[in-house]
Parts: sequence; C-alpha cells; structure tokens
Amino acid sequence: MTDSKELQAKEKQAVTTPTEQTKPGPVFSPEVDIFETDADIVLLADMPGVKAENLNIDLRDNTLTIKGDVSPFEGPDEEDIVIEYEVGQFARQFSLSDTIDQARIEAKLEDGVLRLTLPKVAKATPRKITVQAA
Amino acid sequence: MILKPYFGWPDVRFGQTFDEFDRMRRQLDLLTGNLMGRPATRSAGVFPLLNLTEDKDHYYIRAELPGVKAENLEIQSTGTTISISGERKIPVENKNAKYHRREREAGKFSRVINLGKEINADKVEAGLANGILKVVLPKAEKAKPKQITVK
Repeated sequence: MTDSKELQAKEKQAVTTPTEQTKPGPVFSPEVDIFETDADIVLLADMPGVKAENLNIDLRDNTLTIKGDVSPFEGPDEEDIVIEYEVGQFARQFSLSDTIDQARIEAKLEDGVLRLTLPKVAKATPRKITVQAA
Repeated sequence: MILKPYFGWPDVRFGQTFDEFDRMRRQLDLLTGNLMGRPATRSAGVFPLLNLTEDKDHYYIRAELPGVKAENLEIQSTGTTISISGERKIPVENKNAKYHRREREAGKFSRVINLGKEINADKVEAGLANGILKVVLPKAEKAKPKQITVK
C-alpha cells in the first residue's frame, strides 16, 4: 500500500451564474480549500489555464467573488480527436462572516492555483469599564 | 473517419464495475450535451482528463493539472504510446488551521494513451504552464498524410 491514494477523474462542475453571461460558453465552479487561522482566512482554488491578468477578485458587502477567464486551448489548425474536458470561465462566490481587512488582501496565482489570503480585522481589545462609586 | 483508429481508447482502464453506469451516464451526457449545443465529451474516467487534438504534423495532448510541479511529473513515450504519471501534492498548512472546505485532492496518477499511429518519440516536447500540461508529439514521417497530386 502506498501512503498516497490514486486520483480519480472528476469532471468539472458546470454552473449557472445568477447574472447572465455576456460571453457565451460554460462556466465552471473551481474546487476550493478554505481554512481559517486566528489571523486570517485562506482560500485556495484550482483554476487551471487562468492567467493572472484574466483573474478577477472582488469583495463587497461580505461577498467574495472570484472569476477567471480561460482562453480556448486549441491552435487554429488543430482538429479534435478526443475531448474529455471543456474550458470556460471559472466563477464562484462566497459570503464571509468575519470582517476582512480589505487593504491587506493578498492574492497569488501559481501553477493554476489561486491562493487568497484574507486577513481579519484586528478585533478591538475589550475595554474594561470601571464603575466608580459616587 | 479519423475516430476509427482511436476506437480502442483507452487501453488502460480501471474500475470496470461501474462500466454500465458509466455508459448510461455518458449517453445521457451526450443527449443533454447535444441539446444544449455543446460538444459531447467522452471520458475514459482516468485521471487526468485530457484532450487530444492533431494538425498535419503533430498530435497535441493537454491536461489540467493545477498545482502539479514539473518535477513531480513523468512522461514517457514509445513508438505509439505515451504515458503520463505523477503526483499531486498539497502541502500541509498551518497546524492550527481550521478547515471550512476541503475539495481539492492530492494523490498519484498514471495514464497511458495509445495513439494508434506512430510518433517520433525522440522529439516529444512537454510544457507546464498555469496548471495546464501540453505535450506536443510530432508524427512519424510515415504516419503523416501524403498529398497525392492527380495527373
């Protein structure tokens, strides 16, 4: 037995977006890992084929939107023989409960994986109010 | 018809048990795919899913492998087959991290593709960019289509 398992083929999840697309073509939901530490929330998303300039990250009203465009993979003279996966836009939205420090958000795209670090706003230290006896 | 030589695709196949379901699902996919005007995809169900295309002189294989490093990828090619194997590693994050979602998977993979036609195994090139693997396989001289002039 090996310690790491065999990867299973999984087809990408095509989704319908709440708003209508201006560009035709399928939209896929990227697979994500989300974890939280005391200081921040980190989101990792698999977005193969997305270049940094085609990636859009937006956070407003506690809704985080990630969107990435993928250009068609084929050259002009290529003919399909076997097509097992399609390409299209990646899009997914998340609602965030913690208040995020928008100024310090960091995004990194490496080997088709987006790493988004969302630092939490430092919570106000609890203030002790002493009641003075009159 | 170009599809004919690839009728035996794929050569290596795991999980025979679900063949029946697979076939049913694929037929449904074909049906719905056609209705929605999208090209029907036909998958062998082996990771990684890949697209095979050709032009006059080359075959092109592309696969989505986000987060896979070039050093964890091994590609071998012989006269008519090419094998792609490797491992996708997901580094362990902060121990104190609380996971909310865990959809990305790590693991090993291996796939053999039989092209059915000869390729020039010495000149195969592979590149990894933005999580997409692209393998360019030059066709062997004798496998290239010959232009025949009509006199």
